[in-house]
Amino acid sequence: MAQIKIENLRKDFGSFNAVKSSTFTIEDGEFFMLLGPSGCGKTTTLRMMAGLELPTSGSIYIDGEEVSQKPARQRDIAFVFQMFALYPHMNVEKNISYPLRSQGMPKAQVKRKVAEAAEILAISDILRRPVGGLSGGDRQRVALGRAIVREPKAFFMDEPLGALDAEFREHMAQELRALHDRMGATTVYVTHDQLEAMQMGDKIVVMNHGVVEQFGVPQEIYDWPATKFVANFLGSPPMNFLDFHAMVGKGTDSVTLGEAVFAVPSLRTGANGELSLGVRPEHVTLDDASTYKGRVVATEYLGTTQIVTLDTPNGRIKARVASSDKVKVDEQPGLSFDPRSLTIFENQNGRALVSKANEGVLSNG
Amino acid sequence: MAEVVLTNVSKNYGADVALDDVSMVVPDGSFVVLLGPTGAGKTTTLRLVSGLENPDQGDVKIGGASVAGWTPAQRDVAMVFQQYSLYPHLTVRENLEFPLKSPILRTPKNEIDAKVGEVAEILQISHKLDNKATELSGGEMQRVSIGRALVRNPSVYLMDEPLSSLDAKLRSDLRIELKNIQANSGATLLYVTHDQIEAMTMATHVGVLDHGKLVQFGSPREIYENPVSVYAASRLGQPRINVLPADLFGKAPSGAVSIGLRPEHITQGEGPESLVTRVEHLGDQTRLHLKFKDHDLITVTDAHTKLQSGNIVKIQPRTPLYFDANGLRLG
Repeated sequence: MAQIKIENLRKDFGSFNAVKSSTFTIEDGEFFMLLGPSGCGKTTTLRMMAGLELPTSGSIYIDGEEVSQKPARQRDIAFVFQMFALYPHMNVEKNISYPLRSQGMPKAQVKRKVAEAAEILAISDILRRPVGGLSGGDRQRVALGRAIVREPKAFFMDEPLGALDAEFREHMAQELRALHDRMGATTVYVTHDQLEAMQMGDKIVVMNHGVVEQFGVPQEIYDWPATKFVANFLGSPPMNFLDFHAMVGKGTDSVTLGEAVFAVPSLRTGANGELSLGVRPEHVTLDDASTYKGRVVATEYLGTTQIVTLDTPNGRIKARVASSDKVKVDEQPGLSFDPRSLTIFENQNGRALVSKANEGVLSNG
Repeated sequence: MAEVVLTNVSKNYGADVALDDVSMVVPDGSFVVLLGPTGAGKTTTLRLVSGLENPDQGDVKIGGASVAGWTPAQRDVAMVFQQYSLYPHLTVRENLEFPLKSPILRTPKNEIDAKVGEVAEILQISHKLDNKATELSGGEMQRVSIGRALVRNPSVYLMDEPLSSLDAKLRSDLRIELKNIQANSGATLLYVTHDQIEAMTMATHVGVLDHGKLVQFGSPREIYENPVSVYAASRLGQPRINVLPADLFGKAPSGAVSIGLRPEHITQGEGPESLVTRVEHLGDQTRLHLKFKDHDLITVTDAHTKLQSGNIVKIQPRTPLYFDANGLRLG
């Protein structure tokens, strides 16, 4: 298995710049997510790593070897596309063994490898069946089996669960992750679904308009986003932004919205102008003691919790509170925010200001 | 707006039973969401109310009148389908105006303009009003087709997965808007989805369908907290309710075959030991996958838990639900 290193990778299609200058490292054995909205460059990045596109500039190292100009077949990578791409006229065993037979591997060895892969995927009992009559899940397992038998350096997957309905998707996501944990293979996975990325990934790269916005451990980038884009893309509902105009500097540890003062993690840097106070919905508390008021616009029941939408003097926000709390539309509760969790953003460039709380996370990319 | 009443309605397609003796009251001014997997009978119910299909048995009443044999137009319903259908040669504005320009309605021009402007605002398509319908993205076309229903004032709105093709952000905005429109206008809305978040957040009442039968009808909270069966309990809640052998945590009531535990109804820190097999940090909370006496279960814990796979954690059920051999809830 392999470590994969990307340095200053760029791709232009004519005058269109798909990937600007990406740099990140995928460690050996990681389950690594490329996350972003459609058109952000995540699939192009994956295709360059696989050798299906040649980069305009920059380097790709697989286990220390520079491969950016090498063809796909010399990189030893198994690419699992939107699954279900099987040979319809072959049975399960023939589908799985195809890459080995085409390499001219001896029959006995092929048989052993297929048996192993089938065992891992729990499909040993359907090896003789034609692929035509298989369920969606089994078809997907066969497609994976075909990738596994090659024992590649890494698995690349491009939205493999995209076409599935919610219930089955959840199930397959768990299965893919469990499979990864058993095999320990480096896996790079492209998705636009933030929950899927958080749930499955050891690390996440968040991309937007061809630019890597942030890269790191899911919980860390959720807690300490480097940009408003990341703050907004991760989480459901996403982070709230309370807009205000102020000057802040090194050592500032509170901000004033209207008349109310909110403690924030001590800043390491300064800014002047249009700023946003970023707060996650679960860190907003309805607090009668607070002088900072919001007006309830909507409540949405979600079982144990509810989402309360409020209009504040600094914009519309959402709070996640216990559904046992009685909240009515048009009420004007006081609001407080968990001071340890807050991030201040500069609106002009959307970047988070470095503070005591986020400096550790922001310094590593 | 009007009340809709279904009485002992059945519908078969050949040998397939699509709806089996369904009785349901959609109260005037309510937002009723029909929930169930593919094939449960959700869309069939909608089509029977709209007049696109006729029931084999039973009766449909809209606003007190039996509508058997009435055309969709006579029933005065506004439908939004999952698959948008716009007039491709017309602009967005003309598409939205179309239902109001019907010769029967004779709506004055300034009223049409006001209504179209207001609906376009709500659906965030004001800037596209003068575009051709074919120049829109899929999400925008779907918003226009919702808008074409909203400009009208029908006896009932019927919507079939209208938000499923939109992206997450827009879906969450429109959930609130649809609910506000319905609450403020007093409209009656019958809505089909298999998205449980939509059902929980918008509905005044949820109807749970299973193989053509209506198995439970009540507020989202009633169904979440007081489900009548394992099936109904499994429709709401993410992650899904854990269903385990009834005596796994000790003595169970007589007749109980399984115990249902919502992930948040497992207390950590006391009780018997379980093994953490996987930790998923989702940001606002963390999911723990546990192995307990050879059974898999999922619970949720603090976002910043220090627990890792391989740790032992003590667990105890809280507010368990018990079910009998048929999956029905025990008193």
